[in-house]
Amino acid sequence: MTAISLQNLDVSYDGNRVVKGATFDVAEGESFALVGESGSGKSTVLKAIAGLAPEWAGTIEVLGKPRSHRPDRALARQCQMVFQDPYGSLHPRKTVDSVLSEALKIHGLGNRDERVEQVLTDVGLDRRFRFRYPHQLSGGQRQRVAIARALMLEPKVMLLDEPTSALDVSVQAEILNLLKRLRAEHNLTYLMVSHDLPVVGFMCDRMAVMTKGEIVEIAPGTALHDGAFTHPYARALYAASGG
Amino acid sequence: MSEPLLSVRDLKVSFPTHTGRVNVVDGLGFDLGRERLGIVGESGSGKSMTGRAILRLIRPPGRVTAERLRFDGTDLLTLPESKMRPIRGARISMVMQDPRYSLNPVMTIGRQIAEALRMHENLGRAATRARVRDMLEAVQINDPDRVSQMYAHEVSGGMGQRIMIAMMLVPRPQILIADEPTSALDVSVQAQVLDLIDDLVRDHGMGLILISHDLNLVARYCDRIMVMNAGRVVERCDAADLAQATHPYTRGLLAAVPRMHETRETLPVLDRSQWEGT
Ligand SMILES: Nc1ncnc2c1ncn2[C@@H]1O[C@H](COP(=O)(O)OP(=O)(O)OP(=O)(O)O)[C@@H](O)[C@H]1O
Ligand SMILES: Nc1ncnc2c1ncn2[C@@H]1O[C@H](COP(=O)(O)OP(=O)(O)OP(=O)(O)O)[C@@H](O)[C@H]1O
Ligand SMILES: [Mg+2]
Ligand SMILES: [Mg+2]
Repeated sequence: MTAISLQNLDVSYDGNRVVKGATFDVAEGESFALVGESGSGKSTVLKAIAGLAPEWAGTIEVLGKPRSHRPDRALARQCQMVFQDPYGSLHPRKTVDSVLSEALKIHGLGNRDERVEQVLTDVGLDRRFRFRYPHQLSGGQRQRVAIARALMLEPKVMLLDEPTSALDVSVQAEILNLLKRLRAEHNLTYLMVSHDLPVVGFMCDRMAVMTKGEIVEIAPGTALHDGAFTHPYARALYAASGG
Repeated sequence: MSEPLLSVRDLKVSFPTHTGRVNVVDGLGFDLGRERLGIVGESGSGKSMTGRAILRLIRPPGRVTAERLRFDGTDLLTLPESKMRPIRGARISMVMQDPRYSLNPVMTIGRQIAEALRMHENLGRAATRARVRDMLEAVQINDPDRVSQMYAHEVSGGMGQRIMIAMMLVPRPQILIADEPTSALDVSVQAQVLDLIDDLVRDHGMGLILISHDLNLVARYCDRIMVMNAGRVVERCDAADLAQATHPYTRGLLAAVPRMHETRETLPVLDRSQWEGT
């Protein structure tokens, strides 16, 4: 089955089109990356799939169901997003504990205490952090809370926007290993934005390269080994990364 | 030897927790001249708090103490807040780790950069606009006129980082503290932005403290590197020698970096028992 299918997706802000005709399919269990220029529309694509882009046209399907222009709670549980700015995505007056338990409450899930404890351990945060507020955490600690929140509901599809860019390499390694293991164990699907090509190589089967609102190339992960990119922008990006 | 631009000795930053006060920066010391110092270290090791403490941005209940915190002949520890304000942002500026949330949400990008410029020099309207434009172009923003009119929530993650850098550089500070300034940028834009900062170090004698988790980047753009763990410096080395670092913690960090031709199924993670006392 296809987990995510985009057909001619256009997304605009105030009538200004920033994503133009994005088309790709991500298979269930696949890990797919969006890479490309800063400002090219990568986060916007993810937001549209998550139902957070007000103006869009074209088709978005998640797990075989077309997304409507209205909020969709069943989809929300199956498809979780980790935002690029962990600070902005965490409520400033809620402790880590309430952020994490809240999602469980909304979806009527039990065993909350245990689940919260487990997910915090998974992302490498010990007990000390459970009752802190976002401003009492470092940048990387906040990022891990955001990842923990997304994992909490055991979604089938994860939209990951630069999930480890605020993390030092040691914590990044732990989170990437965790994401990889969870995907293998639960057949999860990842759509991941990253500017870091080696991270993409480690995590993803295929990637789409974006520039100026358009997808200019879809390449297999092995292109990072042999440089088999054809579009000039994709080739330049690869060359600049020391490929 | 002349006095360094910034001299820090036995810097401590602490916060109350339910198990008592904890030092998140614990006796840090370094000197900074007109050079580039890199700080690397694990998440939570106290890198951002060090930057904030220098600018006296730690709010109660956080507490800062130091044996010395001197900037260009001035004792920053005892300086009244009214004298600190003209230093902050104009003579020492800091690119914060969460740029889009450090920008003013209700003022356009262009206006914010213009205000930062005003701290440094008084120019007419047209000259100010031209300088803002040049600065945005210098950080590789392609359409500076459009972006000038935008608000913080309308720019992408990487654009936010570059706008923050533009705003911090435009008053020509003597010291720039850059906290993960390019973590959302791809390698080529990152290089262009860091080259710009480099020019200011070389041509205007700016001092740079570059906080980053990207070891290659720090090795390339700094002269010296400090590796932090749990609020302390565990290793100091010349940037050129980073690959030969000896501390197990630093070695662990180096091994955890994914490579372009990655073949490992899992990345090695740190065995923290190797250097932690307890
Ligand atoms: N709320 C908004 N209102 C208006 N324009 C917006 C808004 N959000 C994003 N944009 C614009 O849409 C374009 C694409 O932004 P997006 O955040 O998707 O880029 P990105 O590829 O994720 O970039 P980055 O790698 O820098 O995060 C940018 O030009 C941005 O300025
Ligand atoms: N208000 C607070 N109360 C208690 N502890 C705090 C508070 N603010 C920060 N800390 C703790 O101080 C430590 C150092 O934080 P700092 O932000 O300097 O880390 P960092 O090295 O910049 O990490 P990162 O790479 O994740 O950004 C962290 O463990 C953090 O949880
Ligand atoms: Mg983005
Ligand atoms: Mg930090």
